[in-house]
Amino acid sequence: MIHTDVIIVGGGPAGLCAAYSLVKQGVSVTLFERNSKLGGQLVKQTHKFFGSEKQYAKTRGFDIAAKLIKDLEPYSAFLTIEKNATVLGIYPDKVVTVMKNEAYFKYQCKAIIVSTGAMEKVLAFEQNDLPGIYGAGAVQTLMNVYGVYPGQSIVMVGSGNIGLIVSYQLLQAGVEVKAVIEAASSIGGYKVHASKLRRLGVPILTNTTIKKAHGVDFLTGVETIQLDESWKTIPGTEKTIQCDACCISVGLAPMHQLLSMAGVHMKYIPEFGGIVPIASDTHETSYDGLFVAGDVYGIEEASSAIVEGYLSGLYVSNKLGMKSEEINSQIADFHQQLEYLRSGPFGKKTRQGLEKIKEARNVT
Amino acid sequence: MRIKEHPILELIDKEKIHFFYNGEVMYGQVGDSIAAALHASGIKVLSKSIHLERPRGFYCAIGNCSSCHMTVDGIPNVKTCITELLPGMRVEFQSGKGVLR
Amino acid sequence: MLHKTGIPTIEQVKDQFPEQSKLSKPKAIIECYEDIPCNPCETSCPFQAIIIGPDINQQPKVDFDKCTGCTICVTSCPGLAIIVAEVHHPHAIIKIPYEFLPRPQKGEVWHAVNRSGEIVGDANILQTLVSRRQDRTLLVSIQIDSSLVYEVITIRRKHA
Repeated sequence: MIHTDVIIVGGGPAGLCAAYSLVKQGVSVTLFERNSKLGGQLVKQTHKFFGSEKQYAKTRGFDIAAKLIKDLEPYSAFLTIEKNATVLGIYPDKVVTVMKNEAYFKYQCKAIIVSTGAMEKVLAFEQNDLPGIYGAGAVQTLMNVYGVYPGQSIVMVGSGNIGLIVSYQLLQAGVEVKAVIEAASSIGGYKVHASKLRRLGVPILTNTTIKKAHGVDFLTGVETIQLDESWKTIPGTEKTIQCDACCISVGLAPMHQLLSMAGVHMKYIPEFGGIVPIASDTHETSYDGLFVAGDVYGIEEASSAIVEGYLSGLYVSNKLGMKSEEINSQIADFHQQLEYLRSGPFGKKTRQGLEKIKEARNVT
Repeated sequence: MRIKEHPILELIDKEKIHFFYNGEVMYGQVGDSIAAALHASGIKVLSKSIHLERPRGFYCAIGNCSSCHMTVDGIPNVKTCITELLPGMRVEFQSGKGVLR
Repeated sequence: MLHKTGIPTIEQVKDQFPEQSKLSKPKAIIECYEDIPCNPCETSCPFQAIIIGPDINQQPKVDFDKCTGCTICVTSCPGLAIIVAEVHHPHAIIKIPYEFLPRPQKGEVWHAVNRSGEIVGDANILQTLVSRRQDRTLLVSIQIDSSLVYEVITIRRKHA
């Protein structure tokens, strides 16, 4: 059994920021990342981020990842980073098991932060398994991490911020974006992103969904169909768009599996994208000493994951008995930041989700 | 195909490394995942579904979707989208659930 | 309609411009039509000419008397939603953010493109700036016909 103060599961923005809050106070942290690189989804974000300076706005995603990793360097004495290390299970008494390089390890700690992030949702349509159909994250990984073209011409399904941003990134790489289609009656993401695409000649088709994919061994085109205001397909509006790639960007779901397996009280909250823990105001779950941060506690923008990460690190240090005026004022500041990030129209889902968490807490 | 130039990213030409795909020599770059190297060489069908044998390609790129399972150096069900390509690797298309040798 | 197509109406666009007399000098035109949590335009402005306030969801307002048209906000805006415009009849000069290859070069003539992605005229490339602070977003100065000042938003290379 290997002992450490705090275990963090997941080295994306939330996990890295949580680690920073802790190691800065001399708490020893072991961070597990199943990938070979830290930074989570930030490493493939080539666009400048929104938010305010405190969340590194106007900095490109991959540069934010590099910054968050660099911020940890001075505290290496307190921090152990295990990459290519998959956490397999969380057991009673804060025992965590890990697989790394085909070997199995057992850890025990005083507190755990789960920041496993999210995974992409899929969309059901005929032939949705054809090669050439990708999740939006995979398209970004191919293009922006490996420098490989996903295809020459693409149809984007979904007009949330990810769909709009990835479409823009595809154009930057030299891929033709034939259309962005959106089942809802209005564009889901920020209109500034939509305008950026539209001025480059990309049509954005609302009330439109994908009916089926064409191709035998590989995608050759997609058939779209229009939807009426009650989301019913309108026969006769089918159109075929030739393309060799199709990108599915229909939202994210929290990666809840470790928490569910550990017996944490969970709840399906659609506003949060799926199954999430019913956590306290200090991000602590029903498992004493197990905290959550980032998309695993409800899908939001990366800026919120960053702030939640810093914040949960501070909550954990409180839990471990570290209390000071400075910690309190930092907590207040991060709270204020989250409040601002969530108070606009795009924060509505998060506000509703948090209300549902509160209600669920009262029930259990 | 690889992206040659990009307005934001610095795509440096990395060292070429060789590997074998179904016994044939192929080339990827240092730092590639196996699936990325195959994709760059035009191999886009990475597996077949177990029951209906429908072709499956690169889908999630985070090791979740199981579409890219291949046999690598004799080990079946390797997640090629998150496994780094190493020189001389023997990558094989896998049928069904794969066979342990 | 902006929320269905990504294209703002001409009225929405004109509302972001000052009166014509102020455009004899370069001014920042911000097309941020939604309450989104974002404020780099405000914090990057050295002249406090862009006001959002503590609630970063508020839409930015430009004080055209304070704005010098310095263009710092243009490449600071993550939404690429800011241009700088000035009018000297019969021409207008606009400065736009640009993140594509090939890079436009001084002296070239490109297509001037509107918010729907349609070609509306010619754009003479006056200057292409790239500095560390711009973080890989080019700042391109183009000269267009002054009648197009409310229309042109970007450029497209002409095919040889």
